[in-house]
Formats: sequence, C-alpha cells, structure tokens
Amino acid sequence: MFPASFQYHRAASVKDALGMLQQFGDDAKLLSGGHSLLPMMKLRLAQPTHLVDIAGVAELSGVREEGGKIVIGGATIHDNVASNQIVRNKLGLLAEVASAIGDIQVRNRGTIGGSLAHSDPAADYPAGVLALEGEIKLESSSGSRVVKAQDFFVDLLTTAIKPGEILTGVSFTPHPARTGFAYLKHRQPASGFAIVGIAAMVTLDAKGNCERVRVGVTGLGAKAFRPAAVESALAGKKPDTGAIGTAAAHAADGIDPLSDIHASADFRSELARVYTRRAIQQAIARIKT
Amino acid sequence: MAAGIVPKFVGSRVKRREDPRLISGNGTYVDDIKLPGMLAAVMLRSPYGHAKINSIDVEAAKKLPGVVAVLTGEDIRGKLPTLITAAPAQNVPYHPALAQDRVRFVGEAVAVAVAIDQYTAQDALDLIEVDYDPLPVITDPEKALEADAPVIHEQFGNNISTRAEVKSGEIDRAMREADRIIKFRLVNQRLAPVPMEPRGAVAQWNPGSEYLTLWSSTQGPHLLRSYLAEVLKLPEHRMRVIAPEVGGGFGCKLNVYAEEVMTAYLAMLLNKPVKWIERRRENLATTTHGRDLITYIEAPVKNDGTILGLKARFICDMGAYLQLLTPMVPGFAGMMMTGCYKVPAMAFEQLMVFTNKMAPDAYRGAGRPEACFIAERTMDMIALELNLDPAEIRRKNFIPKEAFPAQIASGLIYDSGDYEPALDLALKHIDYPKVRAEQAEGRKHGRYIGIGICSYVEICGIGPSPMLPPSMKGGGWESATIRMEPDSKVTVLTGVSPHGQGQETSFAQLVADELGIGIDDVTVVHGDTAIVQYGTGTFGSRGTSVGGAALMMAVQKLQAKMKKIASTMMEVPPDQLTFNNGTIAMASDLTKSIPLQRVVDASYGHKHPIPGIEPGLNEAGFYEPTACTFPFGTHACVVEVDADTGVVKFLRYVAVDDCGRIINPLLVEGQVHGGIAQGIAQALYEEVIYDENGQLLTATLMDYAVPKAEMLPHYELDSTVTPSPINPLGVKGVGEAGTIGSTPCVVSGVLDALKPFGIKNLDMPLKPEKIWRAIQAARKA
Repeated sequence: MFPASFQYHRAASVKDALGMLQQFGDDAKLLSGGHSLLPMMKLRLAQPTHLVDIAGVAELSGVREEGGKIVIGGATIHDNVASNQIVRNKLGLLAEVASAIGDIQVRNRGTIGGSLAHSDPAADYPAGVLALEGEIKLESSSGSRVVKAQDFFVDLLTTAIKPGEILTGVSFTPHPARTGFAYLKHRQPASGFAIVGIAAMVTLDAKGNCERVRVGVTGLGAKAFRPAAVESALAGKKPDTGAIGTAAAHAADGIDPLSDIHASADFRSELARVYTRRAIQQAIARIKT
Repeated sequence: MAAGIVPKFVGSRVKRREDPRLISGNGTYVDDIKLPGMLAAVMLRSPYGHAKINSIDVEAAKKLPGVVAVLTGEDIRGKLPTLITAAPAQNVPYHPALAQDRVRFVGEAVAVAVAIDQYTAQDALDLIEVDYDPLPVITDPEKALEADAPVIHEQFGNNISTRAEVKSGEIDRAMREADRIIKFRLVNQRLAPVPMEPRGAVAQWNPGSEYLTLWSSTQGPHLLRSYLAEVLKLPEHRMRVIAPEVGGGFGCKLNVYAEEVMTAYLAMLLNKPVKWIERRRENLATTTHGRDLITYIEAPVKNDGTILGLKARFICDMGAYLQLLTPMVPGFAGMMMTGCYKVPAMAFEQLMVFTNKMAPDAYRGAGRPEACFIAERTMDMIALELNLDPAEIRRKNFIPKEAFPAQIASGLIYDSGDYEPALDLALKHIDYPKVRAEQAEGRKHGRYIGIGICSYVEICGIGPSPMLPPSMKGGGWESATIRMEPDSKVTVLTGVSPHGQGQETSFAQLVADELGIGIDDVTVVHGDTAIVQYGTGTFGSRGTSVGGAALMMAVQKLQAKMKKIASTMMEVPPDQLTFNNGTIAMASDLTKSIPLQRVVDASYGHKHPIPGIEPGLNEAGFYEPTACTFPFGTHACVVEVDADTGVVKFLRYVAVDDCGRIINPLLVEGQVHGGIAQGIAQALYEEVIYDENGQLLTATLMDYAVPKAEMLPHYELDSTVTPSPINPLGVKGVGEAGTIGSTPCVVSGVLDALKPFGIKNLDMPLKPEKIWRAIQAARKA
C-alpha cells in the first residue's frame, strides 16, 4: 500500500525532536521503529503531515546503570534489550519479554518506547514493564516527569503521554535476591502478538514464603494490567500448587476480555488463568536459593 | 545415458543453480521491470460483498495532476469480453475485468486509476466516488442452496453453477451388502495460497509494430499469451509474454486474471508502458483461493474393516465468478477420493455453488489434498468405529503390489505402486509399538499423545491431453529445445515455467550426464514466449515427468545427429558411440574418442558437409504422455495436545515419499519440506474467514496465519523408489506430495490424541480454542 504524502524530519537530539513537535503540533507523529505507525500510514488510516524520526537519536538508545537503577533509552531496539548483559543479569524478566517479541526483524527495528507509547493491547512489553514496576520518563519542552507503569496504560492504544511529550526512557529496579521470573505467551499464529502474555516475578522470603508477587497480563483486555487479586492472594503465603492455582484463578477477574477470530473472550480468560498459574510456577522453580 | 556410463549428476544432491542470483538480490521479478515513461495502475476495489453500483464519479480523480486515465466497468463494456473459464460448467456467469452494474465479492475491481506513479494513482482512488446500494450477502454455500437465499447471478435463478454426478461400480449393492455404513461430514476450509511474491504485470505496446509485450508473474506464459490473445483480439505472433523470476505460485498463478488483461489493455489504450503490482491485501482478497469443499461421506464396510465402496456429496464453494479452472478442481477430488485402497464402487455428486467470495482455483494439490483427506479420514473413522488399528486398516485395504497397473473405480489407472513398504518404513521410524505404549502410559497421567498416519496416493504428470478440459488452451504435452552452441556449451529451452521447482538444476543434471559434459556447461532457459517454443507450463507436478521427458526426446535427437557426424569422422558406426567426459567415444573402448568440440566445429563450420546432415545443432522434442503418474507414500506423526490450552505440539514428523526415480534428492526434499509446511498449515493454522456480510476478516498477514518455522516440526524424511513406467525418466513428481500427505496425517494425530475424550471429528484448522472447547464439552458430558 502507499501512504499519503508527508514530510520526513530526522531529529538530531531530544531537544530537536521536542522543538519539532512543538512547531508542528497535531500534524506531527514521532517515528521510531515504525512497526505500528507505518502499516497504519500505508493503509491510510494514519495520515500525519510530518514524521519526526527519533530512531537515530543517540541519547535515546542504550542501557545504562544509574543510581542503582537500570535505565533503558526509549529508542532502544528490542534485540539490544534482549541481548544486553546488564539486562540479562539483573533484569532477566525484561530480557525474556524482549526476546519473545515478534521475530528477528521486528526485534532489530522495533523500540521499547515505541511499543509502550502505542499501548497495543497485545504487545509483550507492557506485561513485563508492569510486573517489573518500571518507571517511564516523559520529556517535553517544558520539562520532564516520571509515570509509574501502573498509571501509564490508560486504555486501548491510549497512554498517559500528553501531546508534545516524548517517552525518553524506562527505569527499573534490578531483581532482588531470591527472585524468579517467567514470561509465557500464547502467540497469535499470524501476527506473533500475544493472545495472552503473562509476565510473572516472584520474590521469596527467607522462609520460602512469597514476599512479593508481581504479574503483568497482556492480550486479555483493552490494555495490559496487573491482576491485583492474583498478587495479593499469594502475598505472605507458601507457594504450593494449591495456593498458586487458587491465586491464578483470579487472573481475569474484573476484565472485559477482547474477542476476535483468533480467540474468544472465554478462551482468552482461560488462557490467562492457565498461563498465570504456569508462569508463577516457572518463576518459583527458577529461584536460586 | 549410454549403457555402462555411471551418472555423475543425476541422483546427486546438486545445489540449486537458481539460488546464487536469487539470494544475492540479482533476480529480476516483475516489479523490477522499469521502462521509460512507464505508468502505474492501481485498482479501486469493492468494500461490499454484494451491492448494486448506481454510479461512479471519476471526474475529481481524473483532474488530479499526474493522473493519466481512470476507467470503470462502463469504459470496457463491449470492448473487453468476459474473463475465461476453461473448465466445463453448466452456468458460467459473465465476468468483466472491471465490475459492471453489481459487485459480488469484497475486493472485486471496480475502477482503475493510471498515473505517473503508484502514490499518485492511490491518491486518485481516494477521489473516486462510488454510489452503492448494498444487497443481501451469502457466504455459506449450504445456505446459498436454500430457496430464499439471495441470488448472486439473477440470470440463473439460483446459486447453482453446476450439478454433476459420477457413479462407478455397484455402489448400491455395496451399500446394501455392508455390515454398516459409516457416515460423516468433512470440511476442507478455504485457504489463501500466499506466494511470497504477489501477482504483478507490466505491459508494453508498440503501436508501430502493433506488438504487445507483457511481463507477468505467471506459471504458464504460453497459456497466458493464448488467453490474452483471445480476450484482446490480438494474433499470438504479435504478443510476447515473459514470466521473469516468479516468487512462488502454488497454482494461483496459473489463472488468467482481470489485472493482467487490464494492464495489457491500458498499455494499448494509452500507448505507454503500464505496471500493476498487487499489494498483499489484494493478494489475500483477489488472488484465487484454494479448497473450500464440504463433503458428506458414506462408507459401506464389513465388520472386519473391508471397505466396499465410497459415496460422497460435494458442496463446492465457487465464490462469485468462475476463474480458469475453478470448476475442475472438485472433480479431481472425486476421482481420487478412494486413495490407496481397493474400493470396488464409488459415487460422488458435485454441487458447485456461487457465494459472495473470491473464487477458489488450483492450490498446491488441487483436488488431491481434498481426496486424500476423504480417503484417510474414512480409514480413521472405520478404525474408530470397529476398534481396529489405524495402520492395520490401511494395510488391509491397500491395493496390492501385484495389481499394478491398477484401474480404480473412478476409471483412473495407477501406473505403479507398492504401498506397504512405505507404511512399514514410516511406522518403523516412529517406532509404532513403542509410541503406542507411551501413549497408553501417558493417558494414565493426563498426557494426550496422538499418532497420526496418512497413506496417500496422488496424481501427477498432468497429463495426457484428454485429461485437460476440452476448451483449455495448450495441451497435456510439453516441449523442449536443446541447442549445442558453437563452443559446445548447451542451451536448453523448456516449455515448463519453473518458479521454485528447480528445473534449471535438475534439467542441467540430466543433460550433463547424457552429453558427458559439466553441469556448468548447461543453461536452462524458460518463461519467455519469444524465446521458448510453445509449452503448457508448470502445474500439477508435471515439470519433470512431462517437461523432462520432452527434454530427453530432444537430447536423443541431438545425440543421434552428433553421433552421425562423429561416425564419419571416426569411421565407427553411430550405434557403437557414446558421450563421455567431453568426448564422443567408442562405447567398448572409451579411449578411442574425439572431443565434442571437433564434432561441433564440423557441424557449425560445415566445411566438409556430410550428405544428409544439416548444419547446426538444434533439436526439439514435444512429448505427449500416455498416462498420469501416481506418487504415493506414508506420513506419520506423533503429537501431544495440551488439554488445558488446546495447543498441539509435534513430537515427531516422519514422511516417507515415493516419487519414483529421484534426479536430485535436495530438490525433492525441498519440495517435501515446503509441501508439509503448507499441509500442516491447513491442518492447524490457516483459514480464510469471511464474515456474514462478506467482509474478509483475514485480509492481512497479521490475521492470515501462514506458518513460521517455529510452528513446524523437525521433518524426518525417507523414501521408497518405485519408478514410473509411464515416462522414460521413471519419475513421478513431488511438487504437491508433502501438502497432500501432511494434512490428514496431522488431523489423524490430533484426533487420536483426543480419543480418550470421545472426540471423533473436528473441522480444520485445529486451532487451540476449537480443541479446548471440544475437551470442555466432553468433560461436561
């Protein structure tokens, strides 16, 4: 397909990109990996007049450690997250999620900022970023702010990002000791997106009870979310098969599930429950004590 | 090959000679053709499944700078005739290249914009105003048969294109004498062929010489030329059709399409080269689909598992219009539905029905996957009903080795076959008794392992000319020219049109061995009607069995001529000569030889003419096969079903194929791999879905599930070799075997896994949710 006519601008820096966003206003769209935007433009469902390309902005790309946190630049491609040694060693869940995205071409083009900002209900990253309680940095020409993952995803394709803001990075606390994780995904067979994706992270206390359980669910509802009932059901408990099963049974509570040709609402809910159970089990099995 | 000479290339794993240019980006596909002043054509397509066209306003589009022309159905009415159906049908609708009065499926071309580039043409489409009145839509072929169904072509009064019955043997007696009759319904869902390269055409008209050149991504350039000549009213000698690199066809590029006609018509109308390139969404909506066959089966059997006959009723979804071979495909399914088995009587009724969908046509296997699915599901159903082993029920009913050549109930004659060794080999590979024991053990612990078996036979080497529809252009024969150039290198022109099959390699292997030269001394040329003599093209696994046989005829003529020349030079009778290692030598003493080049020099130089021998070394062969070939084999798989999620996992996949003599095992394996992938895709993943309004829900590759490597098993391949007596090469064909054998094999395996739940049948694709729901329902019951 062929997009409508547009003007392409290559930003040299975040400041440069912010300036252009201010200048062009609603007529501008940020281009990073382009995996969501370009197909929409080719179908002429999106017809931005100006494209501001931030993929080449050096300060937006890469992984760094900063004050005990791990910070990932917004324009870092999935493959760089998946293969980065710091991420693999200290933030294994994120590496696992990143490596489950799309295929090798997608992972070498798509970016973490692009994925989060698009808030596709079936994208993988949101599940991981929620389970990891990531903090998302948004910058505009008037300053910057940090939004917790929990508050970032608002609705279908809608986030807390305001006009004129750029998602410049996400920061995470490294996995604490006695922590295990897993990302399990039921792939939509055509697109590779998640029909349901479950990111689970479990930290045990010295006695072997659950100190902290965090679960991120993608694919099930209009936006990725943390199933509070699952997390709280296990808090302080011994994670035996019965307790995990009881907790996981709440994975779809209160959610209005999506339904399409690939999976009905019922089946999606059941997958969420089954995969939540399995992801928590796998996370615990991986804890090194 | 002369007696005593060991083949050097035939039978060996020669790497594809096509690949270096393709994988290094040096292939030329249709979209790579760029001509000075070339315009771009883009089609406006119907958003409705069924609607009346009240009016089309193209004025604004025509005024857009850069737009050269905008045409609608009214502009071609009376100027371009209906598009072509070559297969016989009772009710054949008028099928204009651009819709007139009504649209009948989503994606039907309504108008075409021609502009200086595709962007401008696309902009023009946005400016075209079409006033539609939506009409009731019918997408379910069984509902289309109901009395109050909306009628798609009013002139026929109902939605039936064709009703046909075939009956053979004493089917009524078989039904009477059976201990029981096993009845069930099968659905071969609708599939999209999805070649990696979509369709495309470039047309160039020279008004001075009144000569048309058309590049098209086609499987049969000569057939396309003949059909276009008819539609455009041009003589064939003033038309050149070129199939450059073609990135996959799978049957869907055998058809003659509206866009090919329109691209040529526009080039002639505008006196400018015109290019049309299909987009993927168009490919999924408007390139011919495959399968879409509902079958009601009745199998009369004895209690010992002996099958006495097979009766079927076919509901064939034809879509809105008939394409080139749309009505022919279900017939193939019926003729082959008794499979590898002794079935003395058969009958099938075909009801071909119009719906508001794209037409299906040939798709990898074209009727044989459907046939094999019927035969193999029948075997599994018999085994299930009578509590017999699925392998043994097959063995019991196989046509025995001694019976070949074997005439089956439909009248077809299977050339050669030996079915048991292939079954035995497949069972041996999966260690059948052991895996059955593992299955039994697993079931005790909630593991659901299934073993799938499919013994297939199919029909290849299409085929003797009477096998093709009477009104089809070309024939069942094939052609080749061989030319030894003045430097003793060889050019082969083949009438087949390979597009992935690898005949540039396998034909070079044949020629190199026959002429005792290197494989790099042979170039195989195809796909250009101005260069290559008339041929029918590549489909139905005919390339090597028919095209290769034609090449052998040409080779033998060349050998005879060269031996005659050498004979006078060596003073040895021609029948004592052979080709060996760049020479023509005495068969009895290879050291007594002269270099080929000397013979070639003598022929081209012609300084010392030999009486009765013309100069030059150029020979042609046209081969009409006497019959079809019937490859066969057994595929076996071991799968595990996750009862909580319905996900199917492969534990083993074994394919034992018998395609007769093998020229290049690497090419055969490549064909089998790709075939299995597409067959598994039908069993588990792929499905073209239209909603009740006729909207195509699988309109992009984000929703149409072409399999990825991770969705496929590791293939374990083996073969038996039963040469065909039909052609001089002993080959049978292997282009479609993988597709045919794998679909029923996987379904058989999944249903075997689900046996503890009492689930007897599920319609493809066996998606996780379908399996999960069946398990849920079984658990509730």
